[in-house]
Amino acid sequence: MENNGAANGQARPRPFGLRHDAWGRLVLIDAEGRQHTGVEVVRAFPISDPRHGIAICDAKGRELVWLADLDALPASLVQQIEDELTQREFMPIIHRIVKVSAPIEPSEWEVETDRGRTSFVLNSEDDVHKLDEQRALITDAHGIRYLISDIEQLDANSRRLLERYL
Amino acid sequence: MNGTNEKWDALPISWHEEAAGQLEASETLLAWFEPDLDNRLSYARGLVVLTDRRLLSRRAQENGRTSWESWPLTESMSLRTDEHGSAALLELADASGRLACWRYTAAQATAAQRLVQKWASWRRGQRAGSASERALAVCPSCGAAINADEGRCEACAAGPVKPSLSALFRLASFSRSRAGLIVLGFLLTLAATTASLVPPYLTRPIIDEVIRPWETTKTDNSSLAIWYLGGLAGAALLAWALDWAKLYVLAWVSERISADLRAKTYAHLQQLSLEFFGGKRTGDLISRISNDTERLCNFLSINLIDFASDVLMIVMTAAALLWMNPLLALAALCPFPLIVWMVARVRGRLLRGYRQAGAAWGAMTSVVADAIPGIRVVKAFAQENREIERFNASNERVFYSANRLNKVWSLFGPTVTLLTTCGLLIVWASGIWQIYLGRITLGVLTAFLALISRFYTRMESMIRMGSAVQRASASAQRIFEILDKKSNVPEPVRPIHPGRLRGKIELRGVRFKYGTREVLHGLDLIVEPGEMIGLVGPTGAGKTTLINLICRFYDVSAGAILVDGVDVRSFPVEEYRRNIGIVLQEPFLFYGTIAENIAYGRPGASRDEIVAAARAARAHEFILRLPCGYDSLVGERGQNLSGGERQRISIARALLIDPRILILDEATSSVDTETEREIQAALENLVRGRTTIAIAHRLSTLRRADRLVVVENGQIAETGRHDELLDARGSYARLHQAQMELVYGRDSSGK
Repeated sequence: MENNGAANGQARPRPFGLRHDAWGRLVLIDAEGRQHTGVEVVRAFPISDPRHGIAICDAKGRELVWLADLDALPASLVQQIEDELTQREFMPIIHRIVKVSAPIEPSEWEVETDRGRTSFVLNSEDDVHKLDEQRALITDAHGIRYLISDIEQLDANSRRLLERYL
Repeated sequence: MNGTNEKWDALPISWHEEAAGQLEASETLLAWFEPDLDNRLSYARGLVVLTDRRLLSRRAQENGRTSWESWPLTESMSLRTDEHGSAALLELADASGRLACWRYTAAQATAAQRLVQKWASWRRGQRAGSASERALAVCPSCGAAINADEGRCEACAAGPVKPSLSALFRLASFSRSRAGLIVLGFLLTLAATTASLVPPYLTRPIIDEVIRPWETTKTDNSSLAIWYLGGLAGAALLAWALDWAKLYVLAWVSERISADLRAKTYAHLQQLSLEFFGGKRTGDLISRISNDTERLCNFLSINLIDFASDVLMIVMTAAALLWMNPLLALAALCPFPLIVWMVARVRGRLLRGYRQAGAAWGAMTSVVADAIPGIRVVKAFAQENREIERFNASNERVFYSANRLNKVWSLFGPTVTLLTTCGLLIVWASGIWQIYLGRITLGVLTAFLALISRFYTRMESMIRMGSAVQRASASAQRIFEILDKKSNVPEPVRPIHPGRLRGKIELRGVRFKYGTREVLHGLDLIVEPGEMIGLVGPTGAGKTTLINLICRFYDVSAGAILVDGVDVRSFPVEEYRRNIGIVLQEPFLFYGTIAENIAYGRPGASRDEIVAAARAARAHEFILRLPCGYDSLVGERGQNLSGGERQRISIARALLIDPRILILDEATSSVDTETEREIQAALENLVRGRTTIAIAHRLSTLRRADRLVVVENGQIAETGRHDELLDARGSYARLHQAQMELVYGRDSSGK
């Protein structure tokens, strides 16, 4: 499937299949039966709209398949894609901010996330970005992104620590 | 007589009567021009008139009279302007030498050039634009009749800005909507002041009715004492509650007013034309919006409240004093007029000082705002120390201007304190004397001293306020300076709504001046809907100026630009620009996500539309490769994108608004050839079906253009297709050859 096919995002995607080969690489079998090895599944809007706009690109980054709506696909395929995305995407969701080392940057943050407890270094207050009323994204010194999915849901102490940056 | 009048009617009315006698019966007026200087460069109004057979001139003589001269036109005559000096020259010469010359300022430059052009076109025998053909145009903004050559409407021309009497009073217009709360605040202030006057007033009965009787006669008035003490405590509590309410209410109001002011200033700033920003330094504007509004807020919330309560306190204390003992009161108030006189003297000096300090602060901010965006240049040329020195110099100016203020202030403050101490001294002296005489009791004197010390404390703080008032009004003036600026691209008074344009662009005798320098000298061009025009020509020829005029970043100095047959000045600016998509040489991305940047011109666009635009701009795949896809942050910080990637995002941005008119200003000149090829492919999607005007230095970029327009020295040199222009062997052929030589070397250029 070439770009032209993918370009028509609204149309129903043509049938395709995914599997892993013996080396653990993801293989896409497109509508013509061709196999593309080492493809990647990426979300176009991982933060603002993760369930829509998912692309499968080949190893060079060329787009092979565009999936406008994840929920419109057969359940088994959705499962496969989601598994793949979980493998690929690492963006811990912060549940609690335990401690911020200093009121000036760079500061060390100790947080509890959905993937466990960790600490990171925040280089600049510009790296805390408020996405909308509820959510905020923090990028640490290594470029790892942490999501706060609902500021209101944090406990009072975490909110107090975060307040200055928003 | 009638016939003569008709011939002269293009002249300003003030000349009609005088000029009427000069014209012969069958003579036709071609053009006129008013030199505004005499030959010694003093101001003097004259007139130069070109007819179909003569050049006439009226000059003021030294004895106050005027004289007319005329030269019959001959073949050998030449008329030319020389505008290199600060005063320009119009010169009439023939084969034997100079016949006459006129001097004029830049204000008359357009008219002089028009005269020379009329002369030239008449000489060519075309007689174009003669008086009989002169069409009166209609002002595109207000509908008034205007001279078609002039292009500017007298009725719409902005008058001089009224000097603001007192900038602080103009703040009142921002507070009108909060009038209720302000009144409440002042009532609370009044009540709080009254409550705070109770304790000193109670000192008299406490001393005279409780303490003194016990001291002298051992009379026990303790029940009375409890009452008075209760009164004191009650008054303190009441004053606390009232102060709290008053401070909160007035602080809220003042914060609100200064927020409104900031919002209005910024909104106004966004409406101003590019010309304004060309002449202003970013730092100074930032300083006005942030610093000056902050100062005003401080003034309104802290100083103004204090000031109001001080005035109230002073009036009420003075009344209480007079009521208790008029003679003592008059003695106590002796230094008061002296202080008022002093305040009046230093006021003006303080205002000037604060204005200067504000300007110095703005200059300092500007140094930072200049240097930070240009930090790569600074470092590349190792000029860090120079920048530091530049900052230090302006920082020192801030210090000096503040210091000058402090000199005045440091002397003034203690002098006031000295005078108030004198007042207290007078009260002590006359009080002791009056007690001695048995006219007043000890209680009265104590109460008096308590009151008068309050009076002078308030007095001092009110005078210190003087400086805050001056500082705030300097800030207010700096803000209103922006608010009073009118846009050079005015909104039409009677707008025509463009809706969705077809995209036919017509330039009619377009002229444009930057300051006094005319950069476009009468361009005529018609671009059909859907046509792609390539603008080529040397740097400084006026290509970008032309595009700025079509986008209406500026307005023409003379002539007109018509889109779909309507003058662009008749369209509301915003509705018109919605039809225009621009891709610039240096794509500018705002701080935000890629999706937000693509949707900048149409914030409501759906995600599918954004993706479709990115695909057409060949940006989709590289965006998918970014860690957050379309949600990746770009701009000042965050993702670093290459020039080509940024450019493709800006193409997607232009595609998304689906413009009828597309402007490409050197869209591919800052990227390598490989990237250019990708951008070219993206542009082909963009150009399809739209009226496109593209500027490019690399002529290869313009191979898709339907027509090429060569601009040279502010005029159109040639137009035509690529091969036509090559065959014509004109400017384009020369440009083309030069580029081929660059690419293939000199040898192959002939092939």
